[in-house]
Amino acid sequence: MSTLVTKLDQAAGEGRAALIGYLPAGFPDVDSSIEVIRAMVAGGCDIVEVGLPYSDPAMDGPTIQRAADMALDAGTTPADVMRVVAATAQTGAAALVMSYYNPIDRYGVRRFADDLAAAGGAGIITPDLLPEEAGEWIEASDAAGLDRIFLVAPSSTDERLALTTRASRGFVYAASLMGVTGARTEVAATAEKLVTRTRAHTADSGLRVCVGLGISNGAQAAEVAGYADGVIVGAGFCQRVLDAPDLETGLGAVRAFAEELAQGVRSARG
Amino acid sequence: MTSTPVDPTRIGADGRFGRFGGRFSPEALVAALDEVGAAWAAAKEDPAFQTELRDLLTDYTGRPSPLTDARNFAAECGGARILLKREDLNHTGSHKINNVLGQALLTRRMGKTRVIAETGAGQHGVATATACALMGLECVIYMGEEDTRRQALNVARMELLGARVVPVTIGSRTLKDAVNEAFRDWVANVDSTHYLFGTAAGPHPFPGLVRDLHFIIGEEARAQTLERVGRLPDAVAACVGGGSNAIGAFSAFIPDESVRLYGFEAGGDGVDSGRHAASITGGSPGVFQGMRTFVLQDEYGQTVPSHSISAGLDYPAVGPEHAWLAETGRATYTPITDAAAMEAFRLLCRTEGIIPAIESAHALAGARLIGAELGPDAVILVSLSGRGDKDVDTAAAYFGLTGAPQEQE
Repeated sequence: MSTLVTKLDQAAGEGRAALIGYLPAGFPDVDSSIEVIRAMVAGGCDIVEVGLPYSDPAMDGPTIQRAADMALDAGTTPADVMRVVAATAQTGAAALVMSYYNPIDRYGVRRFADDLAAAGGAGIITPDLLPEEAGEWIEASDAAGLDRIFLVAPSSTDERLALTTRASRGFVYAASLMGVTGARTEVAATAEKLVTRTRAHTADSGLRVCVGLGISNGAQAAEVAGYADGVIVGAGFCQRVLDAPDLETGLGAVRAFAEELAQGVRSARG
Repeated sequence: MTSTPVDPTRIGADGRFGRFGGRFSPEALVAALDEVGAAWAAAKEDPAFQTELRDLLTDYTGRPSPLTDARNFAAECGGARILLKREDLNHTGSHKINNVLGQALLTRRMGKTRVIAETGAGQHGVATATACALMGLECVIYMGEEDTRRQALNVARMELLGARVVPVTIGSRTLKDAVNEAFRDWVANVDSTHYLFGTAAGPHPFPGLVRDLHFIIGEEARAQTLERVGRLPDAVAACVGGGSNAIGAFSAFIPDESVRLYGFEAGGDGVDSGRHAASITGGSPGVFQGMRTFVLQDEYGQTVPSHSISAGLDYPAVGPEHAWLAETGRATYTPITDAAAMEAFRLLCRTEGIIPAIESAHALAGARLIGAELGPDAVILVSLSGRGDKDVDTAAAYFGLTGAPQEQE
């Protein structure tokens, strides 16, 4: 059983949703990104998505774009991503990679999977890879024992929900709304409906459904935790690092934010 | 006339061009991409739609575009006979209008009321704004901030036509970033909005859809050449950025094995300099903006910024059908430096009284190479994809003319 599934089981055992935080590796630089992730885990993240910064992040809003740009300007490479994954795994949290497909394709899909597994990573979230294009990644993840997290969206047909949940392992990422990453003032009404529709296809497999996009405070985390197996937050962490005058202040803000979200996922269900 | 063993408009019907093409896009856009694909498949077979499009192309665009025998310029091409397919004479000044009118009709057919598009040089943006004005569609154009500065005249044209131009201030602030931003808009507004993609690239179904809408370039030119010369040309030459005019010019000739197909990429300062936009010659296979194709990328798969004197070719990838034509050897792709393109630009102005787009000047420079190789008996068809009015400032500065704009920034 993967460390990812262990973490999701653990949270479920406590009667709550898991808290999943995202940060690009190398933001604001490689060593600092490890410190930020430690603060996220110290504050209560069960699972961390380590982003592989990419030059053309077409699914990301301005906050994560800026964070990824800073990571690239700092010279972050896939080898650095592996180092951040290893450090993340050492915290006790489950470590995933979130990456657009081209850097993985360029690295070599099989080699990337093997190196990620060796670094202690549990799987990859692939926001621009559809299951029908993923033959090579499905083989490589099977061989390396990695989880593969595909996305579903409010616009997904039932046929595609079936296809995508079948291809996923670990959990399936439900995009709460039609749009890019970034904080929103309210959780989209489309989120709960999508989770319900997705669960119609996961009843047999028991595949977990986690929700991301737009969740930016404890109350929203609590709301989503009421119906999802995991709550995914990214831009909020990046924003706190961007806003801080220095790293030390940023680490404090990140930890406090993680604590607020962790409180949220614990207050959802009586 | 040779028989046609394959129907070139069926190539890539499933989104695959050999190992290239496909669909690498967020799940959120799959439903919309499927909707566009289904709408086009139906419209392609719908006589009423085709009649409406044909009438627009005739009465609004001014098709068929003429074929000009460039007798003086031919002397600069080893004496080969040079036939210019005059897409520059279309309404709005380039081939772009062919695709735009078709997709604007498709937008209406899908019941959508808002159109977004990316633009580099501004030609696709102007064409899109034009079609939206004609058909009463709301229009938003994404354009890299760097390009809005380089192509201020086209920004004004789009605004006159009622479009809102949004400068993109992230990434390299050029065409590829405008594409990213348009995708971000589309995913958030997909119910009301069609992304009117400007080149034969991106995720399926765009490469095939845009190719189909430009098929008319080669279809007309093939018939015009047969009538004028009594035989097929020996070669077809076109410039290649994303590759829409080139695929339109090539497509009707793909089954004609005797006709050589030549794509000319933007070589910038030379492929060896690293400052170029020659994705096939100087790039490598990868996944970019929804497709598997040749990409300018570094060892880590990060996109490398492209460079070309021509904003319309300044794109770090190429449509997947070109990648496939290159890999199979059916077409040959060669880089043309900025300097060679500008020399051909100057020659066409002086010898024929035609100011070409700098994009198209790459094809003209290529025709000089092919002409020298094939000799005076050869007939070379050149896609003159656009006119050069938009490039006057660039050219005046390049040649140091008295009318050159003063640096003001």
